[in-house]
Amino acid sequence: MIVELGHFALVLALAVALYQTFVPLYGAARNDMRLMEMAAPAAIVQFFLVAFSFAALVHAYVNSDFSVLNVFQNSHSAKPFLYKITGAWANHEGSMLLWVLVMAAFTLAIAVFSGNLPASLKARVLGVQGAISSAFLLYINTVSSPFVRIPESRVPLEGQGMNPLLQDPALAMHPPMLYAGYVGFSVAFAFAIAALLEGKVDSAWARWVRPWTLAAWTFLTAGIALGSWWAYYELGWGGWWFWDPVENASFMPWLAGTALLHSAIVVEKRNALKTWTILLALITFSLSLVGMFLVRSGVLSSVHAFAVDPERGTFILAILAFFIGGSLFLYAIRAHALKLEGSFEPVSREGSLVLNNVLLSAATAAVFIGTLFPLAYEAVTGGGKITVGAPYFNLTFGILIIPLLLILPLGPLLAWKRGKLKAALSRLKVSALVAAVVAILASLLAGASIKAALGVGVGTWVLVGALQEWAGRVMLFRAPLKVALSRISSMPGHLWAMTLAHAGVGLIVLGAVISTAWKSEAINAMQPGQKVEIAGFEVLYKGDRQATGPNYLAEQSLFEIYRNGEKIAEEISEKRTFLGSRSMPTTEVALLHYPLGDLYIAIGDKTQMGRTVRIYFEPMIYLLWLGALMMVFGGFIGLMDRRFRVGVAERTDSRIAAQPAE
Amino acid sequence: MRGTGRAVLASLLLLLAALALTPATPFSPVSPVWAVEPDEILKDPELEARARKLSKNLRCLVCQNENIDESNAPLARDLRILLRERLKAGDTDEQALQYLVDRYGEYVLLKPRFAAHTLFLWLGPFLVLLAGLVGAAIYMRRRLRTAPEAASAEAPLSEEERQRLRELLDGKS
Repeated sequence: MIVELGHFALVLALAVALYQTFVPLYGAARNDMRLMEMAAPAAIVQFFLVAFSFAALVHAYVNSDFSVLNVFQNSHSAKPFLYKITGAWANHEGSMLLWVLVMAAFTLAIAVFSGNLPASLKARVLGVQGAISSAFLLYINTVSSPFVRIPESRVPLEGQGMNPLLQDPALAMHPPMLYAGYVGFSVAFAFAIAALLEGKVDSAWARWVRPWTLAAWTFLTAGIALGSWWAYYELGWGGWWFWDPVENASFMPWLAGTALLHSAIVVEKRNALKTWTILLALITFSLSLVGMFLVRSGVLSSVHAFAVDPERGTFILAILAFFIGGSLFLYAIRAHALKLEGSFEPVSREGSLVLNNVLLSAATAAVFIGTLFPLAYEAVTGGGKITVGAPYFNLTFGILIIPLLLILPLGPLLAWKRGKLKAALSRLKVSALVAAVVAILASLLAGASIKAALGVGVGTWVLVGALQEWAGRVMLFRAPLKVALSRISSMPGHLWAMTLAHAGVGLIVLGAVISTAWKSEAINAMQPGQKVEIAGFEVLYKGDRQATGPNYLAEQSLFEIYRNGEKIAEEISEKRTFLGSRSMPTTEVALLHYPLGDLYIAIGDKTQMGRTVRIYFEPMIYLLWLGALMMVFGGFIGLMDRRFRVGVAERTDSRIAAQPAE
Repeated sequence: MRGTGRAVLASLLLLLAALALTPATPFSPVSPVWAVEPDEILKDPELEARARKLSKNLRCLVCQNENIDESNAPLARDLRILLRERLKAGDTDEQALQYLVDRYGEYVLLKPRFAAHTLFLWLGPFLVLLAGLVGAAIYMRRRLRTAPEAASAEAPLSEEERQRLRELLDGKS
């Protein structure tokens, strides 16, 4: 019964979403206040309908209701409770429902928190959001329903089980985070469309758009980092980024979204780059849609596989074509209406942000072209196959991103409108010096190759540059400590966000370079009692034993780790075979964290030669996650910034009005 | 009302953040362990290093986007052994790759060769860069020339906005 109610709520949600699309948009065009004001209540109702529907699906999963086809195909009664819940979105139909739920949640947030938006802008934004929701609700209701029942006479007693690889805490949170990012960019998209319809973009517009973009960006960053972290311990050899199309699908909107965050600053502060920012907002969400199409349509394995089951893929492609084509068409005919713009010199804060945007766009293009080239090639040549893999991306993306890293510390030091390059450079003397010293030490003391030494130098430059900018801003070491401390405590959130995010980029570069250049490995067939040496550790293989978990059987290998002849740890590395028909074995690595890096032990099959044991030392790989964490943390602090809400919230303090405008 | 709304949003965001930061269990599931098997590794470390480097540029043909160094598919193992045999026989890196391309086609290479049919692939990103730089240069030049005074150009306020401004100035927001 609950399942049927959930299904019914989803159909109702579609009806409400259509209402939410047409009535406010028509009202805005007619300047009819009564119709425009229907948008917010519709958005609220739509959210609760979708939420109820989603809850109904989770309910079916938690209760292992195998009369629901989707639950039968993707769940198992012996699964731990957490994975019964997350199982609801670890499949195509459920994840599409999650997408729509996140979409509805963002729409609700706009409806509730945007009291001060001009009525027509608010109506149009909510209308566009409603249109996107309608398209996906239509998709779910027609070709991708998670609520299909199995006839009562044939209801199975047990489910087929969830893919064991997905039964993991990091991966449980990965899709919601990622979707919050993808879908969050729809807000910027809706604001861009609304601006085109209104024919007006100004600082206030940018001030409304920025927090939403920052929220989406923060979620997407967290989602990508979680996925990468999971891949690190999941794939058994310590890789963390593979340039897989599925990863690229999330990376493209991230890159474009990062560019959007920066260009929106120029719109707000200087009233320039307006048409470009609008285009970027359209492109960012379009790339989210492209990403979803790539992942969800099956087109990735090959154009051929897509043609075998074309119904869903074609539907998503149609949604894609409608929103991307429609928005770009609107842009083409309306962008000229936004022409009043401020001016600036090439060497200025704006200029550096323009360069940031150009480089990020080219980097996005590299990922886009590399990801889609094999598909296009196959289609154009009639079945010709070509592979574009990691080496291509490392090369092209690397060439395009290095200049961006080099200018990154400079930008924030340039003045608006007209900056002085020499002055900015001389303020960064310390950073340059530290970077050079670190690079030289890396090559002299740690035997780094030229490439690795340069990489370490660039990472240090970004990191120290970000810290130096912060130190200069709060006048650390320059003013009395008391002054510096008071400046630190009063530094606004958006500046903390910048410092943290930029320093995070530096850490990620350092983590990537160091963990790649100094990684060491020992792959052996080991007999019990045998010892292997790696990176100053000795790993002793003790032997095997069996164990049982809630829904799996495990084969465990025991290891003892010694350093300088002293035992420092005992570890278990295991392989698991899960219940259910999807019994692909998984293994669990033993992972030990030390200040210099991670010791990583994975076991393979047992042969006559012994147990295959792969041991890796991953130097300072934690810098990657630390850097990503700082970016996410920076994003949240930025969202708490009061100034993002000034244009939105009511002013209750009259003293604020007396302060000079920013 | 709005104050509570903000508080709710803030706590929701914090909750999501906390969820995102919840540490994974110390043990973490992994797919069947992949990559090079102990018995494949060559005795000569220099030759093995070359083999590993080349493997990273060779596609496991039956897998999705995996190089043969990371794949546990039987075919990947065959390719790894074949590659090592070629290296032992004295092939240069280029010869060994060519040998595999002759047998399996260019599809086996993860980094497509620069040629007429991959021109767009290799040049595309840099064309975008060029277009961006040229576009930015034109934009800035035109702005500076035509609108030196428009530095703080704002669209004139609409009637609705003027009304709102009057309200704010009169202090009855």
